[in-house]
Amino acid sequence: MAAKNSILSMALCLTAVCLVCGAVLGSVYAVTKSPIEEAAAAEARAAIAEVLPEGGTISEAMQADGMEYYCSLADSSVVAYAVKSSTGGFGGLLTLMVGVLPDGSIWNTKVLSHSETPGLGAKCTSDPGFIAQWKGFKGNFAVRKDGGDVDAITASTITSRAYAKAVAQASELVLSLNKED
Amino acid sequence: MAGKNWSLITKGFFKENPTFVLVLGMCPTLATTTSALNGLEMGLATLFVLVLSNIVISLISPVVPDKVHIPVYIVVIATFVTVLQLLMQAYTPAAYRTLGLFIPLIVVNCIILGRAEAFACKHNCWESALDGIGIGLGFTASLTVIGIVREILGSGSVFGWKFIAGDGILAFVMAPGAFMVLGYLLVLFNKIAKK
Repeated sequence: MAAKNSILSMALCLTAVCLVCGAVLGSVYAVTKSPIEEAAAAEARAAIAEVLPEGGTISEAMQADGMEYYCSLADSSVVAYAVKSSTGGFGGLLTLMVGVLPDGSIWNTKVLSHSETPGLGAKCTSDPGFIAQWKGFKGNFAVRKDGGDVDAITASTITSRAYAKAVAQASELVLSLNKED
Repeated sequence: MAGKNWSLITKGFFKENPTFVLVLGMCPTLATTTSALNGLEMGLATLFVLVLSNIVISLISPVVPDKVHIPVYIVVIATFVTVLQLLMQAYTPAAYRTLGLFIPLIVVNCIILGRAEAFACKHNCWESALDGIGIGLGFTASLTVIGIVREILGSGSVFGWKFIAGDGILAFVMAPGAFMVLGYLLVLFNKIAKK
């Protein structure tokens, strides 16, 4: 047996530790893989259901213009779309789920992920007035400061602009989808 | 013996409180205590890693060559952190979303490597587990207290229950507030501890 501090015993020790740790990680990954996928899928389903009118069967995910969207079908015609739309916010990517009717008007919106400032831009997930205005929103997708119809969150114009842009993107996507049909 | 076990646990709260006496692990302390619940969750996540890594390190340290002990400890700690991350993603996705980046950062939390170096490698498995529980609970309690103070001042709520309409003092939810609250609590803690 080599001395405790020889190169060989150091290498053996590290190898053994890494092998064991690798095996532990591999097995935990295998065990948690399907619960993680289920949790993510449940979250996505909940977000889609929240932004769409009730009833209607939700289709599989589809892609257009680099955005992911889902159709809500009733009697084999599309009654609404749920579009996953991302823009650059104040602190990073702002991702929304936007429910859009075929005429391009908004049914409801929900923030999927954001990295806005707590207490300022992060209020886009909690400010009741800001969230409520998106239900059935029609009009110019720009904040009032820029001459649009969106009421911005106080002291968070950049976040509000990003939010409005993400919603506008979703609406445009749906309009372009319907033009093609 | 029972007295010794007990003191291993309570020292994490007072004599060797990681936040207010040792002043270790400041990154998660400042960053995740925006609300009481976030602080509590972060504390418990750290407790989990700390107890397990203390146990394993106390068991393997007699056979680890001195020159590679740091890499070995880091691999062990990183393994437990990744295990925790996977478990949280699977079973508590909401907590995982709020703590996000700070879960992988537990690897570099100096409390954990500090306890491995200062305690676990010189003590047996049972004492190291108790040390992990003590320090971990002390850390959890400190983070929760900071979180409660910041949430009361910054959002006007406690554990998500709002007692004023509208906003609190915004600065306390953001980084400057974290430093201020930590500073004042440090003073308060040390004043009480001296008596």
